Amino acid sequence: MLHDLLNALQETLFMVFTAGFFTFMIGLPLGVLLSVTRKGQFLANPFLNKIFGTFINAARSIPYIVFMVALIPLTRLIVGTGEGSIAAIVPLTLAAIPFFARLAETAIAEVPKGLIEAAQSVGASPKQIIYKVLIPEALPGIINGLTVTLVHLVGYSAMAGAIGGGGLGSLAIHKGYHAFQTNYIVATVVILICLVQMIQICGDYIVHGTLKRQ
Amino acid sequence: MISLKDVERVYKTSNATVHALKGITLNVKQGEIFGIIGRSGAGKSTLIRCINLLERPTRGSVIVDHCNLTTINKEALRHARRNIGMIFQHFNLLNSRTVYQNVALPLELMGLSKKEISSTVHPLLELTGLTEKANEYPYHLSGGQKQRVAIARALVNKPKILLCDEATSSLDPKTTHSILQLLRDINEKLNLTIVLITHEMEVIKSICTEVAVLHQGEIVEQGSVLALFADPKSDIAKEFVKAATRLEMPIALRRRMRPQPTSTTHPVLRISFMGQSAQEPFIAYVIQHYELTVNIIQAHLETIRDEAIGIMIVEVMGSADNIQNAIAFLESKGLHIEVLGHAPRST
Repeated sequence: MLHDLLNALQETLFMVFTAGFFTFMIGLPLGVLLSVTRKGQFLANPFLNKIFGTFINAARSIPYIVFMVALIPLTRLIVGTGEGSIAAIVPLTLAAIPFFARLAETAIAEVPKGLIEAAQSVGASPKQIIYKVLIPEALPGIINGLTVTLVHLVGYSAMAGAIGGGGLGSLAIHKGYHAFQTNYIVATVVILICLVQMIQICGDYIVHGTLKRQ
Repeated sequence: MISLKDVERVYKTSNATVHALKGITLNVKQGEIFGIIGRSGAGKSTLIRCINLLERPTRGSVIVDHCNLTTINKEALRHARRNIGMIFQHFNLLNSRTVYQNVALPLELMGLSKKEISSTVHPLLELTGLTEKANEYPYHLSGGQKQRVAIARALVNKPKILLCDEATSSLDPKTTHSILQLLRDINEKLNLTIVLITHEMEVIKSICTEVAVLHQGEIVEQGSVLALFADPKSDIAKEFVKAATRLEMPIALRRRMRPQPTSTTHPVLRISFMGQSAQEPFIAYVIQHYELTVNIIQAHLETIRDEAIGIMIVEVMGSADNIQNAIAFLESKGLHIEVLGHAPRST
């Protein structure tokens, strides 16, 4: 049992953090784009903003379990298989991107407009405003958003178990639910609770570090 | 140094068109401290933002240091802005950076080396009295210290112009005084041209050399600060001066006053004198020479940048002809006289 649990935990961690990494790499630029193209912002582009906004809302309104199944063909195309932990990363990432992008957008939009003005008044280019002002100033909010996203990914990754994604969710369903081994369910739940706690504590610790100067 | 020609700024919202600036023309000379005063909503913030094009004028041209900012491209504008520092009411410092890093930001944007940055930033921290705070984060600073950081940041590109957007409005009187003193120092030391906007006459009178009064998007009065205090012409300027000098007629007298003279009234005058005319005893002279009785209701001595200006409200009693002659005499000596009204003889 211990061996099963460790294996499953390893798979879950792999799914969550790989998907988390890609989510951050793609979701952050998207969040920046959504924020700076808002009406009245320095790169205001209502048309572009509307298109991305609609796209994100659409993606977020699909239940994850449906999303995952619907994406199987795309997953096959990208990683060559529709099953297993690696395959699960594709729908996980795609589901988490819009979620994280919105959180990042909100965090960046909260940077006071005066700071952008101040940067413009000393001759900053839009790119410099993003790298030197918006992202550093919004960092605590962005990390908070990433923490929430990782916690969501833990939940989603458990669902991935339902279609053979592996990990703790899969273990709980197959060994625990279908094979009536209650101790597997209990152990899985305890591990998931601990995992989520760890993620939250780490996230808070980092945010606290960036906020110490405030 | 700065020349605005016919600058208009129109905001269009879904259900209204707002004319924030209606054809502003003004010139600021090299080395001046030029104040723009107005009530909130007069268009001050829009106006000062038009100087470095944080707000693009709907019409008109903005010429700064011989360069027409309204016609150049974005890259050239970014370059030109390095010549125009700006400080703000809410300081607008980056919380994620220390004092040193905040001041260094404009140089970092230009891609200067760490060594070059350090050799420019440290003298400025010294000038603004922040050397000991270099490694602190803005969160731990007081309002006055934050504004000093902002000033240092605005000066780090060695600009020729400094724009101050209500720079002292969120500071207490003592801190306001020290920030104004600092602005005056850098104006003299660096021969910097300063344009500031404010709603407080105190700010204008303590450091400005020239002043423009902005009301509902238009400049209603412009000239030297001394002239504005001695002889405000527009209603809005009179109000600002009255508020700053706290010269208010007693209510009982104001109630008795009439706009037109009758046989039983005598005039109430506002007399202001400055510079040379403040040195000589003209009032005593007219009392003797024109056989008048002068009742001083209120008097106020004001210091504007280092010059004294006196403002008095007096009731003058005597024969009508003598009063006319006395007024003409005083005006010929450079005093400003305004007839505020006519009060009936009190019993």
